[in-house]
Amino acid sequence: MKKTIKYVVYDIIRNRFVIGYTILLLLLSISFFWFESDPNKGLLSLLNIILMVIPLVSVIFSTIHFYNSYEFIELLSAQPMSRRTIYFSQFLGLCFSLGMAFLIGVGLPTLIFDGSMRGLTLVSGGLLITLTFVAIAFLASVITKDKAKAIGVALAVWFYLCILYDGMVLMVLVNMADYPMEKASLLFSALNPMDLARILVLMQLDVSALMGITGAVFQNFFSSTWGVFISFVLLLLWVLTPVFFGYRIFSKKDL
Amino acid sequence: MKTILICCLFILSLEAFSKNWSVKTVQELQKALHESKANDTILVAKGNYKVLNLEITKPLVMIGQNQPVFDAQFKGEIFIVKSDDVSISGFRFKNVGETSMIDWAGVKILESENVKVFKNEFVNCYFGVYLSASNKCWIENNRIIGTPKEEQTTGNGIHAWKCDSINVFNNYVEGHRDGIYFEFVTNSLIKNNLSTKNIRYGLHFMFSHYDTYTHNIFKKNGAGVAVMYTKHVTMKDNFFDSNWGGSAYGILLKDISDSDIEHNLFNSNTVGVYMEGCSRLKMGKNIFQKNGVGLRIQANCDENNIHHNNFMANTFDIATNGSVTFNYLNDNYWDKYEGYDLNRDGKGDILYRPVSLFSTLIERMPQAMILLRSFTATLLDKIEKIIPSLTPENMKDDSPRMKPNAIEAFNFKV
Repeated sequence: MKKTIKYVVYDIIRNRFVIGYTILLLLLSISFFWFESDPNKGLLSLLNIILMVIPLVSVIFSTIHFYNSYEFIELLSAQPMSRRTIYFSQFLGLCFSLGMAFLIGVGLPTLIFDGSMRGLTLVSGGLLITLTFVAIAFLASVITKDKAKAIGVALAVWFYLCILYDGMVLMVLVNMADYPMEKASLLFSALNPMDLARILVLMQLDVSALMGITGAVFQNFFSSTWGVFISFVLLLLWVLTPVFFGYRIFSKKDL
Repeated sequence: MKTILICCLFILSLEAFSKNWSVKTVQELQKALHESKANDTILVAKGNYKVLNLEITKPLVMIGQNQPVFDAQFKGEIFIVKSDDVSISGFRFKNVGETSMIDWAGVKILESENVKVFKNEFVNCYFGVYLSASNKCWIENNRIIGTPKEEQTTGNGIHAWKCDSINVFNNYVEGHRDGIYFEFVTNSLIKNNLSTKNIRYGLHFMFSHYDTYTHNIFKKNGAGVAVMYTKHVTMKDNFFDSNWGGSAYGILLKDISDSDIEHNLFNSNTVGVYMEGCSRLKMGKNIFQKNGVGLRIQANCDENNIHHNNFMANTFDIATNGSVTFNYLNDNYWDKYEGYDLNRDGKGDILYRPVSLFSTLIERMPQAMILLRSFTATLLDKIEKIIPSLTPENMKDDSPRMKPNAIEAFNFKV
């Protein structure tokens, strides 16, 4: 498995896309911290990047990579190797390269300019988001037959989680404005990895005081060790669930 | 001519004969207070004095040498001044008891004029300095540090009720209910004070007309500063810092009218300024930075002029709860302004609406705050900027500045 992961990583690096992506992130992060006098604002700008660009790049690159190495996967399947090894070496290889790109591009500058708890939350949240979208891309790739369809599905999921979901939450909140929705909104945010990561970071930036009673409910939940633990477990579940289902399908798939 | 000269000499000699009493024990102190004549001086030597309810009923100068400690052992209060022209300085007042019937204080001044309280320390006092129906008093250079308990069982640092022409300078107040509390206090000057870590308000006044507050710092108080039902107030060069919490405000203005709020710095407050029922205020040259909401103007405010302020790095610059406003905004700098300036006169060519759709939305349903800084929220704000429909139509700055207004540097001497 180690060997296959190594080949996958080698293949990705040879592609040079990941290197370009790393440099782009690095430049963006450094310029955010340099141009904003207040590191808080730098973090907030970075948060926007993490919530839009990183999921998009992760999900599309992973899907394309999966289909580009489809022949390699077929070749490996002909060898005495389990489907599990093939699938997870591909997945872990991608996680490693995109994760490293994120850690170098965003993690390093963040920890240098703002090595506090909030910087750490931002980086760990962003890393888990990267992994989540790699996992989603794999699921999208195994349930479809061709590359275009897979990219379509992956993009649809990204669109849903990034834009539609929040719009729908807003709609529900508008329509149910007469009811106490504090706990419900906590639940809504837990069901979307992007919202979860965003709120985790916002709580660290201490905007909860702005949020009235919702803020109090959120602060109680997210500032307790339990709350942080549960949210990270939820984020991890967002990685593990698609990977698991993807593997179930892949192991039975006629390649 | 000669008689006048003799008269003068006689008066001078009288003055010279005003006696000095040196006091080393409580008995001596009580004897001195009892037997002294008007205008005598009582010098209290360094030491620990267990005293209770000392009444001063004639003009006296009380001087503590090397900060003698007056300890009330939580049984009552210390000085009760019931005479004009008293001066109290150089003491350290300790352990004034707490009761719900009487407001016990380190120094209580009742119906007197021209009383000076300066260079004292108040530690663990229920109330620090308490003035009631007194005029022309000076409260200067005191350090007042309390141990906060609950709002009901903690007194105010400097408390004044129904006074006129009070001067409160260079005091430090910490750990009380309200740092400085005024009710029915008029024509007074409050300058260079630092009020911090009080459990309720750093400064709290009601019905206190024609007062001036300058160069004060109000920092990290439980609920910031609240001022109510007052007209003709001047607040200049003050610093409202880090009043952060669910119901904390840099400054809460309720029913304030015809006042000037100029050249203040509001930094890191949940809400920089909260205005309710305010009329004809002039707010100019203030800096609002890093606040959750810079300025909150409720719809019942009218004819306030907000001009030449700098709004920087606030989550929301302005919030309001109504759709119609009768306030004037002009020549402010907004860091979120995205307009252009073709004729290069320093003013943006398109007007700026500081109330974002998202903040209007939150007004109607606070739960929507979970979408703060999400893509959806940003998108909504952008759409609203192009086609305004929900945000208050006339809450607008017609001449937003392209660059921050030049505002003189703050200098706080505390």
